[in-house]
Amino acid sequence: MAKELIKGNFAIAQAALNAGLQCYFGYPITPQTEIGEFLSLKMPQMGLGYVSAESEVAAINMVLGACSTGAKAMTTSSSCAVALMQEALAYAASDELPIVLVNVMRAGPGLGSIYPAQGDYYQTVYGGGNGDYRMVVYAPSTVQECIELTYKTFYTAHKYRTPVTLLADGLLGQMMEPAEFTPYPYPEVDSSSWALTGAKDRGGRTICSYGPDEQKQIKHVFSLFEKYKLISEREVMYEEYMTNDADFLMVGFGSLARNIKAAVRKLREQGIKAGMLRPITLFPFPEKRISELASQCREVMTVEMNMGQMYTDVRLAVNGKTKTSLLNIRPVGEWMSVEEIVDAVINSTEKVYASI
Amino acid sequence: MAHIKIDENRCKTCYLCIETCPKGLIKKSNRVNKLGEYTVEFVDEKKECIGCAMCAMRCPDVAIVEVHK
Amino acid sequence: MLVFETPKSFKKDFRYSFCKGCDHGIAIRLVAELIDELGLKEKTILTTSIGCSVTMYDFMDLDCIEAPHGRALAVATGVKRACPDKFVFTYQGDGDFASIGLAESMHAALRGESLTAICINNTTYGMTGGQLGPTTMMGQITTTSPMGRNREYYGYPIHIAEQIAMCDGTAYSARVSLDSVPNIRKAKAAIKKAFEAQLKGLGLGFVEILSTCPTNWNMTPSEAHEHVKNNMTKTFPLGIYKDVTEE
Repeated sequence: MAKELIKGNFAIAQAALNAGLQCYFGYPITPQTEIGEFLSLKMPQMGLGYVSAESEVAAINMVLGACSTGAKAMTTSSSCAVALMQEALAYAASDELPIVLVNVMRAGPGLGSIYPAQGDYYQTVYGGGNGDYRMVVYAPSTVQECIELTYKTFYTAHKYRTPVTLLADGLLGQMMEPAEFTPYPYPEVDSSSWALTGAKDRGGRTICSYGPDEQKQIKHVFSLFEKYKLISEREVMYEEYMTNDADFLMVGFGSLARNIKAAVRKLREQGIKAGMLRPITLFPFPEKRISELASQCREVMTVEMNMGQMYTDVRLAVNGKTKTSLLNIRPVGEWMSVEEIVDAVINSTEKVYASI
Repeated sequence: MAHIKIDENRCKTCYLCIETCPKGLIKKSNRVNKLGEYTVEFVDEKKECIGCAMCAMRCPDVAIVEVHK
Repeated sequence: MLVFETPKSFKKDFRYSFCKGCDHGIAIRLVAELIDELGLKEKTILTTSIGCSVTMYDFMDLDCIEAPHGRALAVATGVKRACPDKFVFTYQGDGDFASIGLAESMHAALRGESLTAICINNTTYGMTGGQLGPTTMMGQITTTSPMGRNREYYGYPIHIAEQIAMCDGTAYSARVSLDSVPNIRKAKAAIKKAFEAQLKGLGLGFVEILSTCPTNWNMTPSEAHEHVKNNMTKTFPLGIYKDVTEE
């Protein structure tokens, strides 16, 4: 297939169809609305389920229902509206349902603004729902990755029967760049052992999170974390850039990492042995690799467009092995430019507005 | 011969069946359940039951498990 | 001749966990009887809700998905859109259906989803111990309306069957009660109609069932049923508010 010039949101929508999307439920919110618009045309033509839901709360619960039958279902939304979905995500984690959620981040807190930001790291990675659960999170950096990681999101959700988020951002959703629709590369996952299909030739199945029995609930939570452990062992994804001989490591995720990469090259021109690590999975977090690189680096700088959310995980990974710092010139709006990043590193200027 | 079968394990002794039986054939028994409440029993010495199943329709606990006509 | 037996779509050796004299048990039995009679067990997916109604999946030998509080009709919409050939119904209380879940309920009706929705109205939040709910009647004393429901503090109860009947996508909407054997028979006929509305693909079939909560009403089972007959049906008149199943 040839490359085409395509907008991030359309790439995600088409990739979801390529992945075998059967049902879409959504509610408009900038900067991800094009996904629902695109699918509202395509899905009825293909005889697939599409509902323009009355709210994000309803949309995610429709996904929960559709997923309970083993179907590939998805909703897409953005930051403050993803906040509305947290209850159902906690249910889905406990129900072990393969929910696919795409969050094209905007700025917060609250209504915030439609400028890009990375302020949903905590909400997505640590979850806003109740109880003990984790959610697998993929963070694309390019439109091409929007396609590939949408595929991966569907596969991982179904393979491990767990909610998975594709965490894009407003810049990625709205920008156009050349990308290629490779075919969906993963096998279909058999759901016949658990999906609700009607109690035919077997007893009724119940998918629920409700455990009045204390011992059963304890066992259930432990079993969820056995699964998360397995995911942590198998599914970590990250990109390394010029880290071989690096003694100054920058860690950043999403589309911002493109500027960090360019900054690494500029810094190298000026004699600073910089490198970059970009976590592609935010959970599971590439803590092992960051820890290894920390041993060879004099400093590990987290560069992100928020008040230092991933910084928490980076510090935990470095665990005192070397100096850590945070670069977050702005928590919202125009991405930190290559020049701003280079300047901050070279001049060691204090560009941190606050951190926790 | 018309009669009913009661599952005492399901019965919660609400006694709605006693009110409902048009022939007055369901009564409190001398036996008590785990909560110390008198269970109900079907007593039809004169063979008056017509198998109308109103008691079973009325029972909130499906404790009247069979009605024969 | 056997004229009544425990419906087959119940689990073997089930025992309800509802309080003494609670009408949930009758409503669930009527549903089970109809699933048997219409041969729906193998194609049914039940969506339960939060509250006393959630326990339904402990008793029914059906495929069930538990919806978060108020979201039963959204979850059921998802199930039905994924599997249009399945028979999908929801079972909710009045708080779930008409308070926290009113938007989901109303919009499922407006979309005319091919679903059946059953709502138990006992004018209170039963599982949490009898608080004021969306259908609590004027003057009714609950743990959060200790002086009785009044306009100043609480406003008015919702008339669910009438509201759902006003939605264009609704095929059938009725209010029934379980206070007497004749009314139980009528309730079953109404649930059957609401099932058929879905089976014929006409839109949403809805039944509101006036039920007892003797524990939280501080009444005996017998008094509670008198209360339904004498008081509840005055605020919530029984009847069929919409029926396009015969057109």
